[in-house]
Amino acid sequence: MRKLLCALALLCVGALAHAAIDTYDFDSEDQRQRFYRISSELRCPLCQNQNIADSNAPIATDLRGEVYRLLDEGRTDKEIVEHMVARYGEFVRYRPVLTVETMVLWFAPAVFLLAGFVILLVMVRRRQKALNNAQASELDEQERERLQALLEKKTRDD
Amino acid sequence: MRRLILLVPLVLFVAGTLFFYQTLRERQASEIRQSSIELPSPLIGKPLPAFELEDVKDAQRRITAADLKGPALVNVWATWCVACRVEHPVLNRLAEQGVVIYGINYKDDNASAQRWLRDLHDPYQINVSDPQGRLGLDLGVYGAPETFLIDADGIIRYKFIGVIDDRVWERELEPRYKALLEGGT
Repeated sequence: MRKLLCALALLCVGALAHAAIDTYDFDSEDQRQRFYRISSELRCPLCQNQNIADSNAPIATDLRGEVYRLLDEGRTDKEIVEHMVARYGEFVRYRPVLTVETMVLWFAPAVFLLAGFVILLVMVRRRQKALNNAQASELDEQERERLQALLEKKTRDD
Repeated sequence: MRRLILLVPLVLFVAGTLFFYQTLRERQASEIRQSSIELPSPLIGKPLPAFELEDVKDAQRRITAADLKGPALVNVWATWCVACRVEHPVLNRLAEQGVVIYGINYKDDNASAQRWLRDLHDPYQINVSDPQGRLGLDLGVYGAPETFLIDADGIIRYKFIGVIDDRVWERELEPRYKALLEGGT
């Protein structure tokens, strides 16, 4: 019984945590999905490290309202994002468009990954080479027999 | 020599740390100067967005973008905005010096705004009432006070986010305002 109550209490907490999202009436499930997708792709201009879907700042609430209004007007997702960019700048895009300025943002991770692989490859190659050299310097059959003979002779002498 | 290669990541890390530290310091410095970090406005070089809204003092009067004749400051303010209270005396002083200032009363109610203007003096030539914040949204406002500088054709030339104080006026706004005045005549 107590467990059940705990579970119920936890469920309420979950509901509270979601209350940051305001209540909008959507014509269709599809529109609701689009609303969430667009608002999670727009950055809150004031908080800057949150999207407008997550932020509780008044400006984020206003922008969600604007997204809803534009959706209701029948604008496309692209048009809505452009609408915001025209007012708040490129900054509001969480996925920056590919321009000369944002090239570093887009390609730096790949470049770093590639550089890492190249370094790894070089290191592995070197180690293998060193290992091969070490193997090459090992004793051959004849030398091994001689060594064995020497060692045996030594133990006999002792 | 080969050992030195092992130091490359360390050097990169230290360089990165220094770079980010420096950037962070600069940002903090700019945050002290202004209420928030300034984002470049995409509206620079564009005309004021079209609107038709009430006058704060006279609900019968409709104001459009054409009524705001530049060169002028367009100041976005609200009575709930604490920083605006700090800025207000500076605007009063500028208005006395003859600087043209228009107000956009952002997400506020006219009664509070009228009381504010009566008690604290009214530096605005026209005050646009924007209770829903629709004009503010079109202007890309995200935190009052924000101030736009418009030229004689109503084109936005500059945007300042945060409190205008004497230093900001002298350094950022006055030279630009003066240039627009001289350019316009």
